[in-house]
This record gives sequence, structure tokens and C-alpha cells, in this order.
Amino acid sequence: MIREFAGADIIYLIEAARWTLLLALTATVGGGLLGIVVAVLRVIPFRPLSWLAIAWINLIQGTPLLGQLFVFFFGLPLVGLSVDAWTAAALSLSIYASAFFGEIWRGSLQSVSQRQWEAGAALGLTYAQRLGHVVLPQAIRISIAPTVGFLVQLVKNTSLTALIGFVELTRASQIISGATFAPLPVYLTAAVIYFVICFSLSQLAHMLERRLHVAR
Amino acid sequence: MSLVELVDIRKRFGAVEVLKGISLTLEKGEIVAVIGRSGSGKSTMLRCINGLEKVQAGRIVVDGIDVTAPKADLNLLRQRAGMVFQSYNLFPHLNVERNIMLALKLVRKLDTSAAREVARAVVTKVGLADKLHAYPDELSGGQQQRVAIARSLAMQPTLMLFDEITSALDPELVGEVLRVLEGVASEGMTMMLVTHEMNFAKNVADRVIFMHEGRIHEDGPARETLLEPRTAELRSFLNAVLH
Repeated sequence: MIREFAGADIIYLIEAARWTLLLALTATVGGGLLGIVVAVLRVIPFRPLSWLAIAWINLIQGTPLLGQLFVFFFGLPLVGLSVDAWTAAALSLSIYASAFFGEIWRGSLQSVSQRQWEAGAALGLTYAQRLGHVVLPQAIRISIAPTVGFLVQLVKNTSLTALIGFVELTRASQIISGATFAPLPVYLTAAVIYFVICFSLSQLAHMLERRLHVAR
Repeated sequence: MSLVELVDIRKRFGAVEVLKGISLTLEKGEIVAVIGRSGSGKSTMLRCINGLEKVQAGRIVVDGIDVTAPKADLNLLRQRAGMVFQSYNLFPHLNVERNIMLALKLVRKLDTSAAREVARAVVTKVGLADKLHAYPDELSGGQQQRVAIARSLAMQPTLMLFDEITSALDPELVGEVLRVLEGVASEGMTMMLVTHEMNFAKNVADRVIFMHEGRIHEDGPARETLLEPRTAELRSFLNAVLH
């Protein structure tokens, strides 16, 4: 039975967008924590661990996210671990995000001039104080723009999880489009919702950069 | 005992030996200008004194602290030996007041109000009381360097090291920084400056050290050494910088 695209469908899409947000948020937290580990392994002067981190980054950045999703969703059951779509999606997006966050944050950390470390040292600050009070605050400010840039990508990439049947904004649009045969208004509505989320993130980043006195 | 004592220090960067056996002593209250061509090892020597560079051989003792000892307390050393750099190196994310308060609170363990008091005092001393809440990128190079000097002075060091602190400045801003230096000198601070300002060296320093190819080539009273150089190398260096 075909029905009209109605107000209730828009509500349904907005509700589905909560899963998009929740998935992006989970991947941000999970990928963020793992990303810190990746960034630290990249900078500590112990080669084998750096190589491990580099291999991790290359493996993840060099393969499509969709493939990674399929590996978790279809691959894990083969070794006896049954996972639902949410778990597979959250896991693979977190791992995906960790590689990008790791590189963004390593770059931000290393872009703070060596002279800032020296200036801190010359005032008698310990290594931890130099890192915590001088270098990290600057690195964090530098990292805001690229981090949010990646977050925007992450929000949009959650749409790939529709392909393993996770009902977020894109999958919900497919369902409604199938029921109403009105793909254009449905997907336009979905696009507006994605835009609102992503545009808000970018605006937030601009605001933070202004507020935190980013070094020029 | 001398405040600073260098005994036959040697420093290599890879295959290049930058310091080829430097020995000198510095007494409390002395103001020493270190001059020489770029690459002669002046800055490296200065950086060795507060442990920013490690030496391969020799001994450095500053205010009773053996800098070259394996377990030297470099953070304690650096509280006693303040350093100001050519590129100012203020913390860009902190305003002037907080640039100065940071180490006062973390290293000297002052509480916020005491640290604020000290910050206000030293900033006034360098003539920038109205810039207390400005960020470094809102200041001129000369003003940034004066803040850097104030930040170092705030730690109440017994010795100040200045590494070509006017070299990055536009010519019209050099004077204001040198005047601050003169002020610091007049208060009896022990100072070692790597500098290209020969007039300043002549008029303010007690002693001049001329470095050449990793060695101390001349070492004597400032005026006499600069006006009547004994060696051909210093003569040709002075000719090159004064003309």
C-alpha cells in the first residue's frame, strides 16, 4: 500500500537521526580514547610501538569504511561472535575514527614549536608541567578545526551503516521512501537534517576557536 | 666561589664540534657580553649553562649546582639561571599576566594573589603595566621581548642569560629592550649576554668574551677589549660588524 509522505514521516526521520547522532557520539568517545593511544604511540621514542601505530593508521585509512563494517558484521559471526548491527557499527566507526583522531592530534602536538618546550624548561617547569600547561593547551586549540572537520565526515559516514541494516537516518529514509514512493522529498528532508547537524558542528568549532584565543 | 664555572667543556652536534674546550668563570654581579661570528658557539655555550644542551665533556657548575652531573636537578638550576631567547617565546595562549604567573604558581608555589602581585610589579618595571591583560600577538616584538624579560625576572634568578635578544627586532624597537636591560644591569644582576650590540657591550658590560671557532679567543674588560683588540680575528670581526 502506497501512502503520502506526511508530517509523521518527518518525525520518524528526526527520531532516526537520534541514532545517527548517538552512533557518531559513540564513535567520537571510543575513537577519541583509542586515538589518544594512537597519538601517544606515534610520538614516544620507542620505534616498535610507533611502527605498530603507523601500521594501524595505514590499515584503517587505506581500506574503505564499508569494508571494515562488513568485516565486523559478517566476519565476527564466522569466529563465533554474534554481533548486532549497532555493535558492529559502533565498533568499526570507533576504530575508523581512532586512526584519524590519532593522526590529527599527533600533528597538532608536533606543530607546537620546540621553542615553547624550551621556554617552559627555562622557567624551571617539569616535563609534565610543560606538556600540561604550555604545549597541550596550544595543541588542543590547533586541533579544533581539523577535529571538527573529521567529526563532520564521521556524522555523514554513519550513513554507511544503513547497509548492514542499522536504522539511522539514511536507513529510515530508505524505509519511508519505499513506503511512499516519494524519494525526493524524503531524501531532501534527510539531507536537511544532516546539514543542520554538520553546520552546527562547524559553527561550534568557530566559536571555540574565537573563545580560546588560537595562536596565529 | 664563582657563580658560574665552566671547565673545558666540549659539545658536538653530530660530526661538528661546536665547543672545543671552553673554560671560564663568572663572578656574582658581573655583566659579560659574549660576541663572535655566527657559528662560533656563543649561543650553544649559553644553552649549555642552563642545561638546554648537554655537553660531551667537561664540567659546568652554576650557583653550586653541578649541571653536568648525571642526576642534576635541572629544574632547580633553571630557577636560578633565567634565560631570555631571541624569539621571545611567550606562551601565545596566555595573556601577559598569566604568562608571568604560570611558573610563579607551578614552580615557586605562590598563590594566585601573590603571583599576580609579582606579575604586576615586574611588568611595571619593564614599562608595560597597561599591557597586563594583552595577549602576545597583540604586542610588538619589542614589547614581547620586554615581557619575556619580566617573566624571567619574576622568578628572582641569581643569573640571567640573554641569547641575542634584540636580533629578531626591527631596528627601531631595539632601544626599548636595551634600556630594560640597562635597568636590570643597574640592579646588580649577574648577566651573560650573547649580543651583536657592540655599543651596549662597551657601555654596559664589565667584560667581553670573543668566541671564535668554538674557543674563547679573547676575554677581558669590555672597553679595553673592544677598543684595543689584541688579536687579528677580533679586529676583523669588529671591522665587519661596525662598518
